[in-house]
Amino acid sequence: MRAFARLLDQLSFTPSRNGKLILLRDYFAGATDPERGWALASLTEALSFDAAKPGFIRKAAEARLDPQLFALSYDFVGDLAETVALVWPSRPGANREPELTEVVESLRGASRREVPQLLERWLDALDAEGRWALLKLLTGGLRVGVSARLAKQALALLGGVPVTDIEEVWHSQQPPYGDLFAWLEKRSERPSADAPARFRPVMLAQAIDEAVDFSRYDPADYGAEWKWDGIRVQAVSEGGQRRLYSRTGEDIGAAFPDVLGALDFDGVLDGELLIFNGAHAAPFGDLQQRLNRKTADAKLQEKYPAGIRAYDILMEGAEDLRPLPFAERRKRLEAFVARLSGSRIDLSPLQPFLGWDELARLRAEPPDGDARIAEGLMLKRWDSIYEAGRPKGPWFKWKRDPHLVDAVLMYAQRGHGKRSGFYSDFTFGVWRDDDNGDRALTPVGKAYFGFTDEELGRLDKFVRDNTVERFGPVRSVRADRDFGLVLEIAFEGLQRSTRHKSGVAMRFPRVHRIRWDKPAREADELSVLQRMLD
Amino acid sequence: MATFRSLLRNTPDGLYCPPGDFHIDPVRPVARAVITHGHSDHARAGHGAVLATRETLAIMSARHGQDFARAAQAAAYGEAVTRKDVMVTLVPAGHVLGSAQAVLRWNGMTIVASGDYKRRRDPTCPPFEPVPCDVFVTEATFGLPVFRFPTADSETAKLLKSIRQFPERTHLVGAYALGKAQRIIRLLREAGYDRTLYMHGAMAGMNALYQAHGIALGDLAPATGERRDALPGEIVIAPPSAIADKWARRFADPLPAFASGWMQVRARARQRHVELPLVISDHADWNELTETITELKPQELWITHGSEEALLRWSTLNGIRARALDITGYGDEGD
Repeated sequence: MRAFARLLDQLSFTPSRNGKLILLRDYFAGATDPERGWALASLTEALSFDAAKPGFIRKAAEARLDPQLFALSYDFVGDLAETVALVWPSRPGANREPELTEVVESLRGASRREVPQLLERWLDALDAEGRWALLKLLTGGLRVGVSARLAKQALALLGGVPVTDIEEVWHSQQPPYGDLFAWLEKRSERPSADAPARFRPVMLAQAIDEAVDFSRYDPADYGAEWKWDGIRVQAVSEGGQRRLYSRTGEDIGAAFPDVLGALDFDGVLDGELLIFNGAHAAPFGDLQQRLNRKTADAKLQEKYPAGIRAYDILMEGAEDLRPLPFAERRKRLEAFVARLSGSRIDLSPLQPFLGWDELARLRAEPPDGDARIAEGLMLKRWDSIYEAGRPKGPWFKWKRDPHLVDAVLMYAQRGHGKRSGFYSDFTFGVWRDDDNGDRALTPVGKAYFGFTDEELGRLDKFVRDNTVERFGPVRSVRADRDFGLVLEIAFEGLQRSTRHKSGVAMRFPRVHRIRWDKPAREADELSVLQRMLD
Repeated sequence: MATFRSLLRNTPDGLYCPPGDFHIDPVRPVARAVITHGHSDHARAGHGAVLATRETLAIMSARHGQDFARAAQAAAYGEAVTRKDVMVTLVPAGHVLGSAQAVLRWNGMTIVASGDYKRRRDPTCPPFEPVPCDVFVTEATFGLPVFRFPTADSETAKLLKSIRQFPERTHLVGAYALGKAQRIIRLLREAGYDRTLYMHGAMAGMNALYQAHGIALGDLAPATGERRDALPGEIVIAPPSAIADKWARRFADPLPAFASGWMQVRARARQRHVELPLVISDHADWNELTETITELKPQELWITHGSEEALLRWSTLNGIRARALDITGYGDEGD
């Protein structure tokens, strides 16, 4: 566990790709089987334990430390796993430090009731770094800036083979990857790549940079489609096996039996998972009713029928279409979808356009129909092959401009993660008439980001200098007609809300600009937001 | 009976002792001051008369010039000095070279103003000396249970391992020029690292001063004036502000490290873009604070600066009367 914990700690502080590759390669070269295989599995998110929840970890810590001292510590550190790792009162000489293999194997075999005892025993035996690594492992989010792709690059470096060789065999390999390491260390032959209904790494789009990309690229080279507001899925049906994968390769099929039932083909499709309202796409809120569930009962399936809007085809029968250009794949996709029976899989239509100006107009004013609720546009180069990862140039996403509103900063709280220690969670409000007919601010949302580190420093100082009241970790900041800080807030959408006093809830709000110059009294009225609802 | 506050109280200028008519580490110029140690937030220039250890006076003179005060008096550790009715004794605080606790005795009561202190071994200064007292005035820079520092040796080992793993990168170690820098140098020497250590220009004065006080730092050379991509695989020690600055770009793919107690919290390291956090502090961590208070068992605990809330809570849980003094102006030089 010690070497793995050290690796995670170093990775989390090393920003450069090359630095991470060296750390990973050295770790894989120095660690033994099956320890390194479990480490690889945890880095590539091939491991998940659902037995340890953050709530339990917090409770275990509070049983060891005064809850008030724990709360002060958590407020300062801003990350639960890290706080527990740091404050956990160790019991010197309590136990032998567990190995990673022991942790993984015990957790796999443990019942829900046994996990807490195991965890406490390990926390007692480990040092702060080890405790941190253990808790990260258990809560399933290592977040040390290592993608599965990077881990594979490090394996390629270790074995002196091209990374594509690793990717080809990857989905046929299982943790702890003994065969894979044996091959990389030239102790055995390359393992077979065959695995039925396996996930194929997806191709992702870059956000377009309006300032430079449009002058650089020819509109005739690109096709455009609407960017649907669902989730990206890969639908696989091969040799009688059907799978529905998220874009990271997570198998989400069990929650969508209606979609699996519609995969009446032999091939692999790439598309958007949506809730269908007849032939039309429903808003994202409807899809949310079906996400993050293990199953879906008949009632839920009936109320929120799911389907796929297909935009690419990776395999047709046994033929790999990924090396074909997009224009070619698109023709194959259209013919493929046309042959399908049923209405759960439809085709994401191409949006014809002549030049970037026309496309910009379409983006600002989408035509009637589903395009109205699209997130924006996708641009795909006609000659681009289907390439895993996020290559620059072939695919772009061009989201719609966000809505903007000028609001006044009302409350602030210390942030978590990178922003811990700074007042960086901001509640903001807009003006309305209160019950006495006076102008008063009503909170309409909370924003955590959108500012630079330098701006964060200034915001933090503003909060400290203008605090009028404290409620636990929350500071109330001076905000009235004569004085206050105006934040220009960008957000993606607005919904009615009965949970919020203002009656509105924002989707994805963030600080767009800080209006140090603008008097608080000139911030927007609640009526501006209310009009957007109608 | 006189209360403890008749002997020492908080004022806008800092701690003040009425019967002795002097301040301790005042934040603004005053007539008479006792200075616990040379960090700039505690040792300001412009006082009338200053009482401090010989080493602290030397540090103040080096930093502020010889006329840093109108009059200066040196007191050796343990030497009793009388200020009006009050007996003042300076005893080691283990923080940096010359650092002292101010022990005030008057009318049968004893108050110890400990300044900044730590309980761990430091090869550059004598260890903290516990003095039984009625009131213990403590700092709380790292007064949260999250601050339980690893040994300085294990952190030094991390630095030496990184040099082996990334031999093509210059390792830039951020460390405060007074105390931390010299401690790191000594720790590296004790770990057997005998190569030349390279120094930012701001380190020269204090390094020379420490060497003049008999602390061997080995072979040092200036890091300035080097060409681009200079010093791969070498260790350069610089003020924390310099490691992420333009100054750092002259080195070979610099790897920023920072030696500070704040590095215990990951977000603090990331905010400063530190790639190699070294948890080495000249302040007491949570265990040192609470163990010192437990050992001294003062009637009252006064907390000057830092995370006083948690220490107040701990005192309540442990039946110790404690209060926060809310002194503003300390902590500027950090750790």
